[in-house]
Amino acid sequence: MSNEIYRLTVNGIEHEVKDAWAGESLLYVLRERLGLPGTKGACEQGECGSCTVVMDGEAVCSCLVMAATAVDADITTVEGLSLDGEPTDVQQSFVEAGGVQCGFCTPGLIVAVHHLLDRNPSPDELAIKEAISGNICRCTGYGRIFAAVERARDQRRAMQAK
Amino acid sequence: MTTKTSTQRRGALGSSALRPDGIPKVQGRFAFSSDAWADSMLWGATLRSPHPHARIVSIDVSGALAINGVSAVITAKDVPGQLTYGLIASDQPVFASEMVRYAGEPVAAVAADHPETARRALDAIRVDYEVLPPLVDAEDAISGSFPAIHPDGNVIRRQRIIRGDQSFVGDVVVEGYYDVGMQDQAFLGLEAALALPDDAGGGVELFVATQWLHEDQKQIAACLDLPIEKVRLTLGGVGGAFGGREDISLQVHCCLLALTTGRPIKMQYGREESFFGHIHRHPARIFMRHHADWDGTLRRVEARVVLDGGAYASTSSAVLINAVTHMQGPYKCEMATVDGYAVRSNNPPCGAMRGFGVVQACFAHESQMDKLAAACGLDPVDIRLKNAMRTGDRLITGQVMDSVAPVERCIRETAAIPLPEPLPADPDPLLIPGGAGLTARRGNITRGIGWGVSIKNLMYSEGFDDYATARCRLANGVATLQFATAEVGQGFVVLAQQIARTVLGVDTVLLEPISTAIGSAGSTSASRQTWMSGGAVDGACRLVRERLFEHVAATHHVDPLRLVIDGTDVVDSMGTLRVTVTEASKDLTFDETFEHHHRATEELDENGQGNCHVAFAFVAHRAVVDVDTELGLVKVVQVATAQDVGRVLNPLAALGQVEGGIAQGLGLAVMEEIVLENGRMRNPSFTDYLLPTALDAPEVVVSMIEEPEPQAPLGAKGIGEPPCISVTPAIVAAIRQATGKELPRVPVRPHDIVFG
Repeated sequence: MSNEIYRLTVNGIEHEVKDAWAGESLLYVLRERLGLPGTKGACEQGECGSCTVVMDGEAVCSCLVMAATAVDADITTVEGLSLDGEPTDVQQSFVEAGGVQCGFCTPGLIVAVHHLLDRNPSPDELAIKEAISGNICRCTGYGRIFAAVERARDQRRAMQAK
Repeated sequence: MTTKTSTQRRGALGSSALRPDGIPKVQGRFAFSSDAWADSMLWGATLRSPHPHARIVSIDVSGALAINGVSAVITAKDVPGQLTYGLIASDQPVFASEMVRYAGEPVAAVAADHPETARRALDAIRVDYEVLPPLVDAEDAISGSFPAIHPDGNVIRRQRIIRGDQSFVGDVVVEGYYDVGMQDQAFLGLEAALALPDDAGGGVELFVATQWLHEDQKQIAACLDLPIEKVRLTLGGVGGAFGGREDISLQVHCCLLALTTGRPIKMQYGREESFFGHIHRHPARIFMRHHADWDGTLRRVEARVVLDGGAYASTSSAVLINAVTHMQGPYKCEMATVDGYAVRSNNPPCGAMRGFGVVQACFAHESQMDKLAAACGLDPVDIRLKNAMRTGDRLITGQVMDSVAPVERCIRETAAIPLPEPLPADPDPLLIPGGAGLTARRGNITRGIGWGVSIKNLMYSEGFDDYATARCRLANGVATLQFATAEVGQGFVVLAQQIARTVLGVDTVLLEPISTAIGSAGSTSASRQTWMSGGAVDGACRLVRERLFEHVAATHHVDPLRLVIDGTDVVDSMGTLRVTVTEASKDLTFDETFEHHHRATEELDENGQGNCHVAFAFVAHRAVVDVDTELGLVKVVQVATAQDVGRVLNPLAALGQVEGGIAQGLGLAVMEEIVLENGRMRNPSFTDYLLPTALDAPEVVVSMIEEPEPQAPLGAKGIGEPPCISVTPAIVAAIRQATGKELPRVPVRPHDIVFG
């Protein structure tokens, strides 16, 4: 273990990480050191997307990021999508459209879908499928997840139209 | 009575009530077992054998104990109680001591202050192995040509089914060999647990993701040599299961490390370890011969079924019974000759996975039905309609089919679902085989359509009383439910609330933690919890309602038999009394517990005859695929299905079960397989074990067949397993139609299509 201290900015809050082993992934540090267990680990290879966070505007697999290299980054996790504790439109859509079963892939998907809709407010069916094809869900077969994303997309469109 | 029915109420049975764990799950606040945490906890880790078959000459743990931060190293000699565990036979060692029987078998475990310290400690344990040749061919286990690799022998179970004229030969005879590869449950939430030792060291509390708390409790207590009540389990949030959490994985290791160190222990597998740490779907080799009349009437099935159970028995004997008793499929068939084996080998252990033996049988019988159709000049739909089983028919076990059996309706309603549009001349590359790889040329793509229909038993079989317990308390208009039913993602938590709202006329239904503080609910498997735990919750709520009605009747001087729940009120059906449930239960507590038991079943006799199953459900699937015949790549375009569900209790949750099951069946059809080489897994990772992604998901069109099942407490059949069973042969049949290839094994690989 190291005596060096480094700082991570997560959900707008600066955290100090000390006594950490330099080999720890961002996923591990978020979960085990910073008290942010919402980000999940399921493959440790960047294949399943359960650990998706946004780093400097890019969706990344936090299992593939060394925490100590993320010191200058602006990191958003599932816990940081809504700072007032109320579910976001995407979160609410996932629940109402039946996109949640076991829920283990869900936080990563929620982050990925926010990232998609922030970049592209009107994704068509194929754009949605492609955007979340890096997030594996074993329970739903994706049908209700597509419905959830379309629901959130349509609600945002309707809001803008007003 | 008023015309308002309770099912119109928000959140009652029949509505798409929203799951109570939904918001916590989307916000990342839901606590999965891997999120459990305790002050001063240590990390546990497991040392596993690299060899599929070896004798352990010596184990030296001194190097590990010398590492700063390592608190304990345990091996077989530290197990205080029973040295083995198992769901049906107790044949699997907590730690291998003399022999290792599969690559990945636990040999030792450590507790350390950091996962990396624990990993280094595992590296520092020296195990001297005398490597032995592995038994990897199931036929070697059957023939006796290989020495016994376990004291219980190399054949776990053999079961024959002998029915009717054993020398009958049909006008038309078709036959073939069929192979099914080893599939992994691949639940997303990896195995994880937190064990807290009691202060005095005489007991342990375990937070764990499992399918059956009480079965775990029983097996853990035996291995720890503790009284049952000294091992208390609470369900940690479960990230999917699909059968893969029915067996013990890290439970005993984690508890034993906690008792040894006196500290909380967290254990969590990585993905690679998860492939070694849980059982898989049995690979199968099945020979089948069908005999029929000229007109396609099925008369006799012959089959030889071989399931490779791997190193330990797990549920192999029950999986075998499911396979052999479902061998004729959802069809009437008067004669049968079936010989089934579940064998032991030095391959990874196999046990429960969604479909449980019927997946393997269905791939064989549905492939055969297509061969029979071709031989009789019928199309795939007509041969299935002609032979469709009906209520009152006998199974090949002699058991009378007394479940609702709408097989014909499942087929007709599936056939009525419109086919997808033809592939356009210039399709988006993401929509064709090969996808974003941009490998397919439009001219090489051929479309095919295929069918699969299946029958699946519900609940446990062969005399086992897998009852379920639930408790209901009603106070001041609020119901509180308690049960030990493992919520693994299927949504029992919302169903339980719906039942209470409907029976008791309450809006607020609280749920106690899911734990061993109440009696067993049985396993979340075998498509059984809606029926069994649903029946228990319904029963407990009805008992409370009786007590409530007695109280209201006494207070208002009316006959309790005239009282009913209407919306959120108690009303006198013959009078004017109307009082809210909240008012009626003010300052009172009604508290009742109910056990639901299904009807008794029997063991099979030596000829495989007997009423061994409780009930059955049916489903039909039609698959449409596009195949790149040059590169052997498949895109499943559409799956149409009509499923016999009895009654839809929550439309959104039911649809999710159907769509999710279809995706898993698609995985088995064209991508998912644990590849073994001489007993070793070649692809224990999500990089190499391929799972369906959002881009692989076909259009799914679903028709729910609602014919309430009289035997079922809520009229509803279990719906979890049927979706994944016949979709696999339907997809393969579609690929066969597109390519003209025989394709006798799943998953179908590109080289099977190009060179097969």
